[in-house]
Amino acid sequence: MATIVRTESEAGGLAPFAGGHAARGWRDQPVMLRLLSVVLFAAIWEIAGRIPVSFAFPTFFDTMVAFFGLLADGSMAKAYLSTLQPLVLGVVLSAFLGVGLGTLCGLWRTGEWLLIPMFIVLQAAPVAAFIPMVTFIYGIGMTAKTLAVMILALPVIVLNTYKAVRNVNESLLVMCRSFLGTRWQTVAKIILPDASPVIFAGLRLGVAAGFVGVVLAELLITPTGIGDLITFHRSRADYAEMYATIGSIIALSTLTLVFLQWVEVRVFRPEKRGA
Amino acid sequence: MTMLGHRVPMMASLLVWCVVWEIVGRLDLIFLLPPFSAVLAAAVDLVQTASWQSATITTLRAFFFGMALAIVAGIPLGILMGRSKIADDLLGMWVNIFSSAPLSAIVPVLMILFGFGEKTIVAAVFLFAIWIIVLDTRAGVRHISPSLIEMALSYGASRTALYTKIILWAALPEILAGIRLGLIRGVKGVVIGQLLVAIVGYGALFETFSRNFLMAEFWALTIILFGFALVVAELIERAEAKVEYYAGARQ
Amino acid sequence: MRASVVRNGPTSVIEPIDSIVKVRGISKAYGNVEALRGIDLDFPRGKLTSLLGPSGCGKTTLLKIIAGLIDADAGTVAVEGKTVTRPGPERAFVFQDFALMPWATVIRNVAFGLELRGTRKAEREDIARHYIAEVGLASFEDKYPHELSGGMRQRVGLARALSVKADVLLLDEPFSAVDEQNRRKFQEDLIRLRTNQNKTFIFVTHSIEEAVYISDRIVLLSPRPGRISQIIEPDIDRSGDPERIHRDKHYLDTVDEIWRGLKRYVE
Repeated sequence: MATIVRTESEAGGLAPFAGGHAARGWRDQPVMLRLLSVVLFAAIWEIAGRIPVSFAFPTFFDTMVAFFGLLADGSMAKAYLSTLQPLVLGVVLSAFLGVGLGTLCGLWRTGEWLLIPMFIVLQAAPVAAFIPMVTFIYGIGMTAKTLAVMILALPVIVLNTYKAVRNVNESLLVMCRSFLGTRWQTVAKIILPDASPVIFAGLRLGVAAGFVGVVLAELLITPTGIGDLITFHRSRADYAEMYATIGSIIALSTLTLVFLQWVEVRVFRPEKRGA
Repeated sequence: MTMLGHRVPMMASLLVWCVVWEIVGRLDLIFLLPPFSAVLAAAVDLVQTASWQSATITTLRAFFFGMALAIVAGIPLGILMGRSKIADDLLGMWVNIFSSAPLSAIVPVLMILFGFGEKTIVAAVFLFAIWIIVLDTRAGVRHISPSLIEMALSYGASRTALYTKIILWAALPEILAGIRLGLIRGVKGVVIGQLLVAIVGYGALFETFSRNFLMAEFWALTIILFGFALVVAELIERAEAKVEYYAGARQ
Repeated sequence: MRASVVRNGPTSVIEPIDSIVKVRGISKAYGNVEALRGIDLDFPRGKLTSLLGPSGCGKTTLLKIIAGLIDADAGTVAVEGKTVTRPGPERAFVFQDFALMPWATVIRNVAFGLELRGTRKAEREDIARHYIAEVGLASFEDKYPHELSGGMRQRVGLARALSVKADVLLLDEPFSAVDEQNRRKFQEDLIRLRTNQNKTFIFVTHSIEEAVYISDRIVLLSPRPGRISQIIEPDIDRSGDPERIHRDKHYLDTVDEIWRGLKRYVE
């Protein structure tokens, strides 16, 4: 009997993108309403900036100007070049380690008993508190930042993989056995393909957590990359630039997740691909 | 969901890890990792200090304010999105973006908008927790069988009665699930907020401990935080278990 | 209760039975519930034998024991004289819930048994294509299971079982998740298929009409504990139009007789 491990994936994540129970992809939504939604958001921001609600609240227009300014002078590109290194490295390492550990725990009882409770704790607990600790051990360089990303990304990937492997479709396992599948064939041809949608959802959550981790690391450990850009412009009271930077990282994370979603549907979900 | 029945023996492995920690700590391999027993002793001392008590009160106050705001705002918003297609189309995209965005990047904005104090922490908790509550409430409302609503209308339920007597209750299992996930995110919000602000509550304590290399205290505080997060999640899970029976029966 | 063999209609010369599967003394209990007690049964080669009975009579358990998917508490199953305890290449299973891989196309699903045996891709796809056509799904090779109806999905399951070229096909209530019209059509096709495939079929069903319609031999099981209560060999001519069978007198009489026998087990 499997212990029920609940992760955020079952409830939240990108519900409408994921289709949810309504099973509609993001592309089917009326484009006009989406555009309207963006326009309204920009308009409210613009108005709030013009009132202004705070001296530190630039208008939407100023923020966009600042964004293109940062793009033009290359500071944004430079910042992302440095931010993306620990992010990509940390997420890739977490993906391999997490899927490996999760699969192992799903197939091997002792591993499950030893590791899963720890990851349940790490998943529910505010592991961000570890980030200052990481700095002590690994200093302020790339290693510390990569570790910060991994601390946040790994638990959700492990737990999703474990859950998917544990809850694999029983009747397919029996089918594979009846057609003389070996243990190895069962894992490679039934368990992993059947688990891959949930594993992939875990990877998406892991990527989202990785973004949180890298931003935290850059704000807490040493200001580099995006964190530096945010801190620097805040200290100079260039609020438009600061907002533009923050907006850009949120946009990048959203685009990455949407892209992963698209890849997932293309690669793993023939049944969701539509006619 | 016989969580408790199975969880207890499984969680026993955490004791194994505590023993491993104790051994590694005693071997003095990493100065950052004092023995587990020393951390426990530090925790006992820590909870008696005035600075911990006042930090805890500050932290809890910010947490509960932020959560209360997130719940009070999130549930109606979720119900609105569940019931109205236009609201869903207009807001859905943003709720989804924010529910998975790196909100830690927004904390610096909160700091300049709300100052380096408790208000920023409340705002951080609110921002971290609300989106998942909205999403789950929306999903719960969407799940309600149309015949249940038609039943209420055919028996002459008023609009208020429809919402307070049918929709809210029928969506309760998902709403509670959303609140549980929201609480977990809220705890992360309070910690991230305080770490970044660094002069309020636990953030200030973490800062002091790490600057003075008080490792046992640092770990003690971390464990207290983890314990708090797990207790909160467990409590809400029990409340969920009480409504779970009709999550299935509803369909 | 003793097992009795009843033959309907004029009995021809009793030939010595050449049985491919021999079940001896099979018992199985789940906790305190006795699912099967002391089952002795022979399955004649090249015939379709149905295991029929009300729910709880252990018919699916018996089938899965023959398949080697469940271990019996006592007794043996021998196929071609060799005792078996696990799945083997001479038996193939058709599942009640189809058990198709949703991520794989029809042709990959059908070729899956061969894929597990390490048959080369080109070869196994040729074989799969042949059986896909055989079950009437030609041109659906590249569709995914979710694009097919329930009846078509089970045809995929049947083609998969046929393509491993096992001598014995084990079918576990294959039509129970298929809608009524498709079931009728499928049953007709199965009768046709049986005449050109020289295979032994063991078929679990809870439908009396279905059992009488397609079987050479019906083993009636009684519940709690599951035991053989009767073996019936309906003498129905299936050579002509399958539609005609439903109006055949022997068919109707046999259905009636079985129902009278089973009635007392239905609460």
